[in-house]
Amino acid sequence: MELKTRKMLDRSFTTIGIFAILLMAVSLVILLQPIIWRGAGAFIFRETIENRKLNLEIFGRGNRANVEVQVTEAEAARKPVYDMMAEFEREMEEGGPSFRRQYRSEYSELRDMISELLGPFPGEGDPVLIRDRYGHTRWDRANVKLHRILFVEEYDYSDPNRMGVKVEKPRADLFESTSIEPLFGYLEENLERMMLPSVTFYWRFLFDRSYDAHFFGGIWPEMLGTFYLALGAMLFAVPLGIVTAMYLAEYAGEGRFVSLLRTCISSLAGVPSIVFGLFGLAFFINTMKIANGKSVLAGSLTLAFLVLPTVIRASEEAILAVPRTYKEASMSLGAGKWHTIISVILPAALPGILTSIIISLGRAAGETAPIIFTAAVSVGRPLAIWQTLSQPSPALSWNIYNLATEHEAVDEIRHVQYGMVLTLVAMVLLLNLAAIIIRARISRKLRG
Amino acid sequence: MTTSEMTGRPDGVVLGITDFREESKGERHSLIGAKDFYVYYGDSAAVDSVSFDIPEGLVTAVIGPSGCGKSTFLRAINRMNDLIPSCHVRGELALEGQDLYSPQVDVVSLRRMVGMVFQKPNPFPKSIFDNIAYGPKIHGVTNRRQIGEIVEKSLKQAALWEEVKDRLDDNALGLSGGQQQRMCIARAIAVNPKVLLMDEPASALDPRSTSRIEDLISELRGEYTIVIVTHNMQQAARVSDLTAFFYEGKLIEFGETKQIFTKPGEKQTEDYITGRFG
Repeated sequence: MELKTRKMLDRSFTTIGIFAILLMAVSLVILLQPIIWRGAGAFIFRETIENRKLNLEIFGRGNRANVEVQVTEAEAARKPVYDMMAEFEREMEEGGPSFRRQYRSEYSELRDMISELLGPFPGEGDPVLIRDRYGHTRWDRANVKLHRILFVEEYDYSDPNRMGVKVEKPRADLFESTSIEPLFGYLEENLERMMLPSVTFYWRFLFDRSYDAHFFGGIWPEMLGTFYLALGAMLFAVPLGIVTAMYLAEYAGEGRFVSLLRTCISSLAGVPSIVFGLFGLAFFINTMKIANGKSVLAGSLTLAFLVLPTVIRASEEAILAVPRTYKEASMSLGAGKWHTIISVILPAALPGILTSIIISLGRAAGETAPIIFTAAVSVGRPLAIWQTLSQPSPALSWNIYNLATEHEAVDEIRHVQYGMVLTLVAMVLLLNLAAIIIRARISRKLRG
Repeated sequence: MTTSEMTGRPDGVVLGITDFREESKGERHSLIGAKDFYVYYGDSAAVDSVSFDIPEGLVTAVIGPSGCGKSTFLRAINRMNDLIPSCHVRGELALEGQDLYSPQVDVVSLRRMVGMVFQKPNPFPKSIFDNIAYGPKIHGVTNRRQIGEIVEKSLKQAALWEEVKDRLDDNALGLSGGQQQRMCIARAIAVNPKVLLMDEPASALDPRSTSRIEDLISELRGEYTIVIVTHNMQQAARVSDLTAFFYEGKLIEFGETKQIFTKPGEKQTEDYITGRFG
């Protein structure tokens, strides 16, 4: 090969490498940007007066005098709305049966929507659910709600050759030339005065437990659950994995049984995680009955089985990568095999073993399928350590899925879901960062 | 093994044998004896019917072309070959009259009596102090002051103390190759062995480090019985009292170094020494 060709090849490989790295960096940014941006919405948002009221009444937070002044202000701005509604109700009363029939269902829909936006009407009793006791707590959601009050969604099927087209008709048209017609204009113009939005930083999102199925409050039980599950999994998988790796690398030799064992471990790594979940349910809960139903312990054990192959393989590689000369030196000084492994080989293999732990930790924290049947519930209290032995817990990964698909009001709690995603990503990154720092410190010590 | 054996000088009964070092100053007493000794890798004999006696307190060089079994023989003396699964032995190899391969022998105490220095310096990725202290700690020395003394004494014996005394806590891998090898020698003598086996200890080093190692061997002569395998004939001639020439697993000739290098008894020895093969 000519020098020129070789140089060109070199250069093109370098270019491809740099390109690949750049591509990864860009995808990372594209991936993380919405996670961070939307996730931040759970922490920093424009709250309405309803949120301040809720914080004062449910959590006892905030300045009572200030909030009361603002509530009075907002109530003054809302009064015309209620007046107009009372006026219209009177009109319906007096308008005769055909008038009532015409407007009854439309008005009842409007009334419900206004109650959702502004909270219960004055003089009504306290509803059971917290979400019904207050109007919209977030300004962005309040605006969405207002839009729904102002416009009716309809589909236009007039052209038989096309799919129905969504059109938005002003709701005011439904109530043309009645006493309530001005209400819509008033709402549109005065929403800000009625809701008094202001920017808030809700850092307690991390440490509050959730109220009313994640409508309000935070994600502390979920974070704690994820933490317990991941750490619990490591607690089982790491010692077991390292001992197994040690056996395979130093004691097992090359028998047929051992190679069968290795094949089993490799195949275990390829089993879908949902199968591990079912296994955990069948084995730990139904057969072993380690707790009365789902528990964090069962989930941790299931996750431990899931990450065990990774820990074993990576640790074995790390142990095998330790120079033979260390072993020889130790043996020649009269150390037994066991002592050599513990005091020379394992410390030298530690950075590699830590890498396997880092990978598994991230996986254990993020896996959803194995904990669906074994550990996760959608709402729960934060658990104390000993309660993990017998009680299930919510966990970030499962609750992200749950809020995204199974929650009764997906749109209303979307911000909680994004907040959870951000928290999970941050948690895994932080755990990894800690392990990476420890690993770097150990490698530096080993290298001298 | 009792604590007194681990901690003190190996003057007591080790391997069930009395130490003759003090009594045998005048005449040279045989320490290691091979009688019709074979080492096999699988079916092939790497050491083939070797018989000779290595006297105490002297430096014995083992020379021969690559693959002649000299390293295998050396590693048989502290049973490092046990690490190779296919390796087995026949015949007798004795240390102070005790057969090394009899089932009663405790390999750990044997290796404590027979230290080894390898071809490539192989410090542990630990501090210099921990490297030297590793052996004594295995053998039950727990007193920190005592360990400190052993470390200092060993490093002084290995002529390394002056260079490293201020950085005992630094990683040993930060030392130069020659320093690392001297540290390995210090590590080997820290457990107070009787025999030091050296497997081409200077072959991976530059000439200056090599000569320092050779000086060190001369200094350790008398204190320890040293068996050194080397490719370097000048080195064998410089440092050893006795020389054994191995060829194709067999011991061809064994005698005083001066005699081997000036008037070799065998034609093969002469051919090898004069560089006609090997």
